[in-house]
Amino acid sequence: MKTKAHTPLEQKNAHSDTISRDLMPRPFGRLGLIWVASLVFICAVGLFFYIDQVRNGLGITAMRDYSTWGIYIANFVFFVAISLVGSLISAILKLSGARWRTPLTRISEMIAVSSIIFAAIVIVVDMGRPDRFLNVVFHARIQSPITWDVIVISTYLVISLLLLYLPLIPDLALMRDQFKGIPGWQHKLYKMLALGWNNHPEQEKILRRSERILAILIIPVAFGIHTVTSWLFATTLRPGWDSTNFGPYFVSGAFMVGAGGVIAAMYIFRTFYKLEHYITLKHFNYMARLLVLLSLVYLYFNINEYFVPAYKMKAQESAHLKELFYGSYAPLFWGVQVFGMIIPLIVLLFKWGRKPLPMFVVSIFVIVGAWFKRFLIVIPTLGHPYIPMTRVPESWQHYFPTFKEWWITAATLAGALLIVTILTRLFPIIPVAETIEEAEVAEAENRTS
Amino acid sequence: MKSTDHNDRRAFLKKGLGIAAVAGSVTALQAFQQDSVEETGEKVRLLSPEGEIVEIDAGYLKPIPEVHIAPDQAREGIPGRRFVMVIDLARCKNLRKCHDACEKMHHCGPEKEFLKVLKMQDNKLASPFWQPTMCFHCDEPPCVKVCPVDATYKRTDGIVLIDTDRCIGCRFCMVACPYSARTFDWSEPAFPLEVAHQHYSPETSVPAKKGTVSKCDFCPDVVRKGEMPHCVSACPNGVFYFGDENEDAVSNGEETVRLSELLRDRAGYRFLEDLGTKPRVYYLPPVNRLFPFEDDEFSNKTDHDHEN
Repeated sequence: MKTKAHTPLEQKNAHSDTISRDLMPRPFGRLGLIWVASLVFICAVGLFFYIDQVRNGLGITAMRDYSTWGIYIANFVFFVAISLVGSLISAILKLSGARWRTPLTRISEMIAVSSIIFAAIVIVVDMGRPDRFLNVVFHARIQSPITWDVIVISTYLVISLLLLYLPLIPDLALMRDQFKGIPGWQHKLYKMLALGWNNHPEQEKILRRSERILAILIIPVAFGIHTVTSWLFATTLRPGWDSTNFGPYFVSGAFMVGAGGVIAAMYIFRTFYKLEHYITLKHFNYMARLLVLLSLVYLYFNINEYFVPAYKMKAQESAHLKELFYGSYAPLFWGVQVFGMIIPLIVLLFKWGRKPLPMFVVSIFVIVGAWFKRFLIVIPTLGHPYIPMTRVPESWQHYFPTFKEWWITAATLAGALLIVTILTRLFPIIPVAETIEEAEVAEAENRTS
Repeated sequence: MKSTDHNDRRAFLKKGLGIAAVAGSVTALQAFQQDSVEETGEKVRLLSPEGEIVEIDAGYLKPIPEVHIAPDQAREGIPGRRFVMVIDLARCKNLRKCHDACEKMHHCGPEKEFLKVLKMQDNKLASPFWQPTMCFHCDEPPCVKVCPVDATYKRTDGIVLIDTDRCIGCRFCMVACPYSARTFDWSEPAFPLEVAHQHYSPETSVPAKKGTVSKCDFCPDVVRKGEMPHCVSACPNGVFYFGDENEDAVSNGEETVRLSELLRDRAGYRFLEDLGTKPRVYYLPPVNRLFPFEDDEFSNKTDHDHEN
C-alpha cells in the first residue's frame, strides 16, 4: 500500500484512462451488425416454428412414442453443461487464487447466465403443454427429479446473475462517471445499476465479502444442476442411462465444454475488440492446460461409462452399446470421442497447440463434440426399449429430427449468443475496475523489486 | 360380498347424482325423478339385492345413466378392491381382438396403442409366442415416482391413472416406464363430435388431449358397472383373466378361478420381475399351447435386440 502512494498521480490516471478507453463497450461495427441481424433472423424464424408447434403440437418434431425425448432434451443438457463455466472461472479459479482469471470472469459469467436462461426456455419448448408450466409450482411433487431440477436451476440462475452483477458494479460506476457521448437511457441504466457506488472502502469490503460468499455457494449448486440433470436419465431403468457414473460423468463433461466455450469467446473478443493486451498468450496457455486437465478427467469418466458395461455385455446394454460402437451411431460416436476429446487433448499438449488460433479451432471441436455427445446420451437409448418395437413406422425406430426441430434448436443457440452479444454491447467484456487495480498493484510490485 | 357390492353401488350412485346436479346435467336428473313416471301397466319380475323376486311396472325401468367420474374423484380407488390381471400366453394366437376393442373404446388412432400384441422369443432355440402387453399398473410404478405435478397417480384399488387436465407433457413418465406402455398425443386427436363433447374422466381416458400422456387405464368405468375391461371381454380365446386380488378370484368371462391357485399351478410370472416394479399383470407361460405360432406381416421385422 505504501508504494502505491508513490505512484505519480498523472501517470496513474494516464494508465487507468487507457485501460478504461480500451475496455469500454463500443457500438457494433458492420460485422457486428451483420452478426446481430443473423442471430435475430434465426431466432425470429425459430419463434415462428415454435408458434406452429404450440398450435399443432409436438407432432411437428420427429419425436414419437418410443423416441419420446429428442434434440430438445439433448440441447437442454448442453445448455446446462456449458453454464457450469461460470462457476469454474469465477468460483473455482477464484478460490484457488488463480489471479490470471480476472479478464475471463465476465465472459464466463455472461455465457453462464445466457445459457442457463436458455436451458429453462428449452425445457418449456419441449413441454407438450407449455400453458400449464405453473403446474410445476402449484402441483409440485418433491419426489420428482424434475422438481429438483427446477429448484436447483432457478437457484443457479440467481447466483449466476449476482456473480455477473456484483463485480460489474464498480465498472457501472466508472461508466456512469466517465463514459461520455452515450444516449441518455444508457447513462440512466448505468446510474441505476451502479447503486450509488463511489469506491468507498466500506462498499468495497461488502462487495468483496459478497463475492466470496457467492463464489463458495455456487460450487455445490453448480455440481447440483448438472448432477440432477444427469439424474433425469440415471433415475430411470433404461439401458444406457441406468448408471451410477452419470453424475460425475456429466459434471466433468460440463466443465470441459465450459472451458472450451471460454476459449472460443476469448479468441473472438480478443480478435474483434483488439484486446491483445488484456487477453494475452499467458491466458491462452493457462486455459489450454486447464482444458487438458478437464479432458483427462472426462476421458476417465468416459472409460468408466462405456468400458465397464461393454466388458459385461448384458443383453439390454449390449444392443445399445453395439449400436454406438459399430452400429448406425458409430460414425457420430467415434467422431465425437476423437474430435471432441482425444484430438483436443493431444493438440493442447504441444506448445504450438497452445497458441490462440489452434486453440480456437480445438475449442470449436470441443463445443460441437459436446453438443453431439449429449445427442448420443439422450437419443440412442430410447431406440432400445425392453419390449420389441414392432408394428411401428420405420421413422419411429430411427429418430432423426425434422427441419423445424433443428431450426428451433438452432434458434435457442442463436438466442444464447444474442444475449451474450447484447451484454457485451452494454457492459465491459473485461472487468475494468479490477484490471486497473491489478495493473497498479503489478506496477507497484515492479517498482519495489 | 353381494351386500357390500350393493352398498358400493348405492354410495356410488349418490355420488354420481351429486356430480350430475352440480354439473347441471338435466338428463341425469330426469332419469332419477321417479315421481314423473307414467305406469305402463306392463309388469316385470326382478331379483332384488336381498334375493327376493319382486314385480314392478316396466315404467320404472330406466337405464342407469353413464356416471361421470370427475378428475378429482378418479384419484380415489374403488373401495375394497385390488384389481389384477392374468394373461394366459398359451391361448394367445394374435387375433388382436383385444387390441381392436381397446382402440375402439378409447378412441385411439392407429399409431396410439394402449395394448400391444408382441412377438416374443426368449432365445433362439425357444419357440416364439405372442404376448399382449399394456400398462401393468405396477405397485412400485416408476412413472408415478417421476411425475413432477402428480398428474399420474396410484389408486387404492391398484390402478394407475393419468389426469390429462393436470399433465404438462414432459414425458418423463414415458421414459421412466420400462414397458413402453405410455402414449402421447403428438397432435390434436381427431374424434367424432359426440366423443369430443364427452366430459373428460381419467377413468375413461376420453377425450384425449393434445400434448398429454395417456395409457391403458384398466377400464375402471366399466369395472364399476360390474363388467370386464374391453380387452378381456373381446378375447374369444379367454386369454385375459381379470379380477380382484382381495377376493382372490379372476375371470376370463368363461370361467372364474382362484387367483392364487392359478398362479401357483400354472407357474404365473411377471414381465421383467427383476426391475422391481411389481406389476399387477401376471403371465402364464406359453406351454401346452392351443395354437401353433404363426408369424404375421410385421413380426419378421422385429429389431435385432430381441433375437439374442
